[in-house]
Amino acid sequence: MQSVRIAGGLGFYGDSWRPIRASIERGDVQYVASDHLAELTLAILQKDRQRDPSLGYTRDLVPMLADLLPLAIPRGVKFILNAGGLNPLAAREALLTALKKFGVRLKVGVVLGDAVLERIDELQATGVALSHMDTGQDIASVRERLLFASAYLGAHPLVEALEAGADIVLTGRVADAALFLAPMVYELGWRWDEWDKLAQGIVVGHLLECSGQATGGNFGGDWRSIPDLAHIGYPIAEVFANGDAVISKAPGTGGRVNFDTLREQLLYEVHNPAHYLTPDVDVDMTTLHMEEIGPDQVRVTGASGRPAPATLKIVAGYEDGYMGQAMIGYAWPDALAKAQAAAQIVQQQMQEVGLRSEETLVEYLGYNSIHGPLADPRHTEELNEVYLRIAVRCMDKREAAKLGRLLTPLGLSGPPFIGGAGGMIEPRQLLGIWPTLAPRELIEEYVRVSVEEAGA
Amino acid sequence: MKTQLVRLADARSGDKGDKANIALFVPDRATYDLLLREVTAERVRAHFAGIVTGQVERFEAPNVLALNFVLHGALNGGASRSLRSDTLGKSLSSALLRMEIEVS
Repeated sequence: MQSVRIAGGLGFYGDSWRPIRASIERGDVQYVASDHLAELTLAILQKDRQRDPSLGYTRDLVPMLADLLPLAIPRGVKFILNAGGLNPLAAREALLTALKKFGVRLKVGVVLGDAVLERIDELQATGVALSHMDTGQDIASVRERLLFASAYLGAHPLVEALEAGADIVLTGRVADAALFLAPMVYELGWRWDEWDKLAQGIVVGHLLECSGQATGGNFGGDWRSIPDLAHIGYPIAEVFANGDAVISKAPGTGGRVNFDTLREQLLYEVHNPAHYLTPDVDVDMTTLHMEEIGPDQVRVTGASGRPAPATLKIVAGYEDGYMGQAMIGYAWPDALAKAQAAAQIVQQQMQEVGLRSEETLVEYLGYNSIHGPLADPRHTEELNEVYLRIAVRCMDKREAAKLGRLLTPLGLSGPPFIGGAGGMIEPRQLLGIWPTLAPRELIEEYVRVSVEEAGA
Repeated sequence: MKTQLVRLADARSGDKGDKANIALFVPDRATYDLLLREVTAERVRAHFAGIVTGQVERFEAPNVLALNFVLHGALNGGASRSLRSDTLGKSLSSALLRMEIEVS
């Protein structure tokens, strides 16, 4: 039966592309689909673009492809990446310049139309409320503070770019799994109403979109049993024309692909597994079956699909103040008690200097900074060391910066035995996330695909 | 007799805006049925008092022997807005494994 082999690329902006080399060299793949955009990433890219309008894409794009293309080109491997972020045209510009330098002739496709910030008023004028998807809140409360708004597109325009001969497809925001669904639809000739096949495709994409999380990384089971994480392989899928798929990884790589590592990734960031909504299909994961058919090989079958939703999800980001933070460490004995005393001193002084914070968080690293109120309060007397971390949210950046200046003097004028102050940490802008919905036709009429030949 | 969930299940959590999901994975149907009875949405909500401000929903995926919990208002406004160290809620999974349930 006809099939296509696809490698999982990055799982986020900042992830390692070293394991992708193994997938290309030894995994016999035809495509690499790479997810650079976590929900948080657009907030980071927005800050880049604010500084420099020619930025706003993930800048790992060029160094990653510079490293991988020499392996990929002789094997005919194509790339589909959402590295375009908030500025796919600038990403293509940067890539074309690099390809020219390498003397490589390739076709680069770009998908545009996901960015809808400039269209908010127009969308509202057509009667789309754009209220918060979860809370129902009116968007008017954040309208003036919006910095970006991106719709999650489906696989259609990506398939269009492949049909036009693109060797590299660059997108902005698309549903993560759509990066993977596109080559399946293109290579296997699936129709857009073959819901069960599309559902299988989305499940496979979802399993592959977080790189090492499918192959034994961040494994909540017996993590010690996962071999050689230093050389972890990223997941590879072989998908057949009928939708059946086998998940594996390149021979000789570390990590593990089995029922347990894959089922953890299956439900990752999923809400209702019987209705996993994507732009291309409404997926029911509860009908699927995963079976280990060999070492590091799992067959995935039986996901079912229902027609695609009438709306697309938009995620917007808005300014929500600045975080000021500072840290200071204390040594045994009584490390926690000292850190708590220091916290009290700082909070008292915050009041006296009139530091205007909307919100204050006190954490003790080494005790409760990760589990918060669920940390086990027993045996705290004997802790070897505890770091106090205070964070404030202020509407003004200078206000947030005041916090650091209250912690440093504690070295000489606070409880004894500090173990290194964290130093002054520059306040960081905080972005609120605004998820909402819009009728898909209002978004899709603006979606454009362009493919350009570059290089040599 | 009471047992801590860490002895019975594996877990993974993830973020989406201000919501987190935590999936619990068990080795067999008997443990699945036990968790179905003991680890209710209400109990999970009570367990996360002080962290989760909204409701908790539970979804079932018996085909992979898993229960999936969606925690609303779990991430101090969401990763790009949170003051917490664990901005992405990646460790909420292990925090749930602290829960004690009746196994007799």
